[in-house]
Amino acid sequence: MFLQQLINGLTLGSVYALIALGYSMVYGILELINFAHGEIYMLGAYLGIIFLAFFTAVGLTAHNLPLALMLTFVLSIIFCSSYGFTIEKIAYKPLRNAPRLSPLISAIGVSIFLQNYVMLTQGATDKVFPAFFGVAGFQFMSVRMTYLQLFIILSSAVLTIALRLFVRKTRMGKAMRAVAQDKTMASLVGINIDTIISLTFIIGSGLAAVAGLMVAMYYGLVNYSIGYVAGIKAFTAAVLGGIGSIRGAMFGGLLLGLVESLGGSYISGEYKDAYAFVILIIILLVKPGGLFGKADLEKV
Amino acid sequence: MLKLNGIHTFYGPIEALRGINIEVKQGEIVSLIGNNGAGKSTTLMTISGILKPQAGDIVFEGEGIGGMPPHRIVEMGISQVPEGRRIFPRLTIKENLEMGAYTKFKVQLDKIFELFPVLKERQKQLGGTLSGGEQQMLAIGRALMSNPKLLLLDEPSLGLAPIIVSKIFRTIKDINREGVTVLLVEQNARAALKLSNKGYVLETGKIVLEGKGEYLLINEQLKKAYLGE
Ligand SMILES: Nc1ncnc2c1ncn2[C@@H]1O[C@H](COP(=O)(O)OP(=O)(O)OP(=O)(O)O)[C@@H](O)[C@H]1O
Ligand SMILES: [Mg+2]
Repeated sequence: MFLQQLINGLTLGSVYALIALGYSMVYGILELINFAHGEIYMLGAYLGIIFLAFFTAVGLTAHNLPLALMLTFVLSIIFCSSYGFTIEKIAYKPLRNAPRLSPLISAIGVSIFLQNYVMLTQGATDKVFPAFFGVAGFQFMSVRMTYLQLFIILSSAVLTIALRLFVRKTRMGKAMRAVAQDKTMASLVGINIDTIISLTFIIGSGLAAVAGLMVAMYYGLVNYSIGYVAGIKAFTAAVLGGIGSIRGAMFGGLLLGLVESLGGSYISGEYKDAYAFVILIIILLVKPGGLFGKADLEKV
Repeated sequence: MLKLNGIHTFYGPIEALRGINIEVKQGEIVSLIGNNGAGKSTTLMTISGILKPQAGDIVFEGEGIGGMPPHRIVEMGISQVPEGRRIFPRLTIKENLEMGAYTKFKVQLDKIFELFPVLKERQKQLGGTLSGGEQQMLAIGRALMSNPKLLLLDEPSLGLAPIIVSKIFRTIKDINREGVTVLLVEQNARAALKLSNKGYVLETGKIVLEGKGEYLLINEQLKKAYLGE
């Protein structure tokens, strides 16, 4: 029972972690809470349904399922990254020198717009995501893990590690950290700030697309409002871990997933969504900078 | 090499530069002196493209660079060591230097390590953990990483012990001898003028005096106001 909930919690937590990374990166660079980020995740899920339906119609899913899935992932990532890129250019860039509240309000506006846009075009009811994986998996003693869970946990781990390596080792990644620490100085060494900010949105949105697709596969249902709750939780995860830090987003996400899953089965499932915030309040009281503290802030 | 013609720069409604003319010739060291708030840093930030001049033009090697984005100006060969050094505190020393070479395809650390051996020993350390003098060396090293034709230095001696100050001034002289033109902002007017081919005195956004370094050093007006005599 405990181990089972651990696996479920890790699965959920991996998804939170992927979304949290996007919040954290954007906050690290712009000190902006990108409220539209949850909607990018929701769009990822919808785009997945649309592309899969297309690949089913042309017979690719029946013929070669792995290829169809891979293409679905790639296309959703590309589309979501373009959305993220465009949103920054339209809604945030013009406000870069405005008071800090302005881009925040703009972000809320984008979020509401995207929700309504999807509700109008896709309908307000749940959409079903085709269950290609089913419940196939493996049993170890009394614990069951589906292949899909394994896939979610592994992909999220690989992407997080890749992102960390990118930020630590590559020229662009180092420039990203430089921009997070001092934008004027970054300009003075010849870094094009706009390029780096765009890159941040592109990467964050791509990760959100992957998260959206994986959750859609996991639960099998998608709704225009899923971005709202997931967004708030991932944001909680980012703050939990110490916003601005990659490690923080990952551990914050996993911790949140575990708390929800264990709390849901040992205390009560009805308060599932409340546990996240209880933990957040406790951590912020004890360690206001988040688990990975201020020292890690702006490390992206 | 660099010419500022009638530059006006504003911070909102505040006019910080009120029509400045400065000329820096290839191979020279030119110093810009003046009291706190005179507009020295504003001048350098305007040259670097961080601030946009409202009027006037800036010509570098025959090309107008006023209004160009800062990264393009670095690519053209102008590099700045800003006031307060602005080391990236959570990048290592090596990473700070690599960022200095951001516009270049190749990162060549050897020359900088030769100039400042202490940076080589500490290359894995975070920039924020260096002492003031070491940070100044790192800031100069970082600015040199892009192989600039023109180096802008904003108060490199600020807050440093006298021994370090004379080392920094000697280094500036060496860098200049290697062919880098220098525009030096200083409050330490005497030391700066001794080093310079030419000097400008800035007062509340206007150039009030200009001339050869040695001429300014014996100028009565300047002696009273800036050389403490
Ligand atoms: N960000 C800013 N916003 C508004 N006014 C500013 C800003 N920065 C500088 N100023 C004003 O512009 C004028 C020139 O400032 P600047 O920093 O260029 O002086 P400085 O000669 O470099 O002085 P210091 O020797 O103290 O460094 C000052 O009156 C200053 O108050
Ligand atoms: Mg200054």
